[in-house]
Amino acid sequence: MTIEPYDSGDLPEHKPRRSDVDPKAAKRAERQVGFLFIASGLASAAFIVAYIVTPVDKEMPLPGFGSTNASNLLLGITMGLALFLIGAAAIHWAKKLMPDVEVVQERSPESSEAEHRDALLDEYRRGIDESGVKRRPFILGSMAAALGLAGLPAVVLLRDLGPLPADALTKTMWERGMHILIAETEQKIRPEDMQVGTLISAVPEGIDLVMEEAGNLNELAKSAVMLIRMDPAEIVADQTPEGKEPWSYEGILCFSKICTHVGCPLGLYEQLTHHMLCPCHQSTFDLADAGNVIFGPSSRSLPQLAITVDEDGYLIAREGFAEPVGPSFWERG
Amino acid sequence: MTYLLARRRSPWATAFLLLLALVGIGGIYALASGSTQAEATAPSASTTQIDEGRKLFLEGCSTCHGLNADGAFQLDGTIAGPTLIGVGSASVDFQVSTGRMPLAAPGAQVERKDPSYSDEETAALAAYIGSLAPGPEIPMPDLYDTTGITPEELALGGQLFRANCAQCHNFAGEGGALTDGKYAPSLTETEPRHIYEAMLIGPQNMPNFPDSTLRPEDKRAIIGYIEALRETPNSGGIDTGRLGPVTEGIVLWTLGLGALIAVAIWIGVKAK
Repeated sequence: MTIEPYDSGDLPEHKPRRSDVDPKAAKRAERQVGFLFIASGLASAAFIVAYIVTPVDKEMPLPGFGSTNASNLLLGITMGLALFLIGAAAIHWAKKLMPDVEVVQERSPESSEAEHRDALLDEYRRGIDESGVKRRPFILGSMAAALGLAGLPAVVLLRDLGPLPADALTKTMWERGMHILIAETEQKIRPEDMQVGTLISAVPEGIDLVMEEAGNLNELAKSAVMLIRMDPAEIVADQTPEGKEPWSYEGILCFSKICTHVGCPLGLYEQLTHHMLCPCHQSTFDLADAGNVIFGPSSRSLPQLAITVDEDGYLIAREGFAEPVGPSFWERG
Repeated sequence: MTYLLARRRSPWATAFLLLLALVGIGGIYALASGSTQAEATAPSASTTQIDEGRKLFLEGCSTCHGLNADGAFQLDGTIAGPTLIGVGSASVDFQVSTGRMPLAAPGAQVERKDPSYSDEETAALAAYIGSLAPGPEIPMPDLYDTTGITPEELALGGQLFRANCAQCHNFAGEGGALTDGKYAPSLTETEPRHIYEAMLIGPQNMPNFPDSTLRPEDKRAIIGYIEALRETPNSGGIDTGRLGPVTEGIVLWTLGLGALIAVAIWIGVKAK
């Protein structure tokens, strides 16, 4: 195919580049491209040198930004330059030296000719007639059944990938009489350990065993709670149902630590306003007013855990959570 | 002698004898307990400190906190300054030596600034407020001295920091915003003593973490972890303030995308 300047009339006239008409400019462009390729090669070599020479844990100052890991910085710069310069050279080459005339590529029509299409349709209809499926419906029916059943083994295999969630979404391990332990240090808590304004991240007693048995940390993602003590006079309302024993204990309230929006762990507590914020999307719950949402994307109050003390004076759960904790899900309704 | 005998039945005699006996017993006691008297001079020095603190308090703090440190109200009924009875010396040391008190102007957040009182004056103020009622006391230096902290303690400190502190103070202790202009301050330069005191007392909107729920060794582990965070190098390059997706996003969307657009324009421009 010969390359001819394309002239449709609506494009500006083709202007030759300086490198097309001036052999000196072409030579200069050639040198530039070559220089870029050589620079890329040098950067690759520098990468290898940096890799060998720089100790992995060496720090180097980065003026204006403090310090950074020398190895990461040098490897990143050299490899980045090596790759970028190859691309830059190729583009410079294409722009300055390769032909830049506009060309038209002729193409044949994409659809088949009409007689070929008719012939195919005829053949298809003849095939259906000759197979006799219209006269022998039993074969057609049994074939459909076999094809349908062939999909079932896949369903069985997929179903067997793991157990269904069962009540894992609706139930936590909290139950009546379970001690509330301080997270990480696992101490039992007495009410007098807490002052007004004290915040404790807490977990149910025995959560380590449950998680070890399950082989995952799911229970921590559900059962984590926060204990907050406030002046009882400042509590507007909690979630105690009417006619039930109080769910809080002498100004100590226990709420789920899992945000009801998408399940981030809460903990941004303003002890003077009693606002609990979620660090992810700023959902704000008023813990002095039954954990209601006062700001942010969450649509449900923070579930409260009913607490009391045992005969030794340690804080325990009065019963499990009355509603599922954490974000909403389909079956929750 | 006859003079005394003649007056032995006088009503004054009993009183005189009693006085004599008291002076005698007191004198013997004073002689016998001569050594303990010397020791008793230490609290008496503290008493001068308390007096000094009370003087400073009346001059500099009582306008808002009341002449008896039990709080005061403004004319419109709002609180000028809360009661300081029971806040303890740790509170005073934290608020005054970080310059938060005396307050320059009321606002959403009490700002850290250069302290207005010398170390001795701060200690005197703390002693005075601490003498009013029991409260959290200024921690001894060995409680927050983290030299020789073990990797295990650092790991525990990290777990406790992420469970209790990171939500507000950021995963790298850089601080973060709260509501209505309040914020959790950065911990990157806070002195260990002030971190310890803040956990004890829960200043402003920070919840408190008394020794009964966060043991002294836990607090020391957390301080050790915060100090380790400061020394952790930025292996990934520029840290962009270690504020997470906000600053990283700004850098990527402006510098990163900007560079890509510049290259795309260069590719598209026709060569001359």
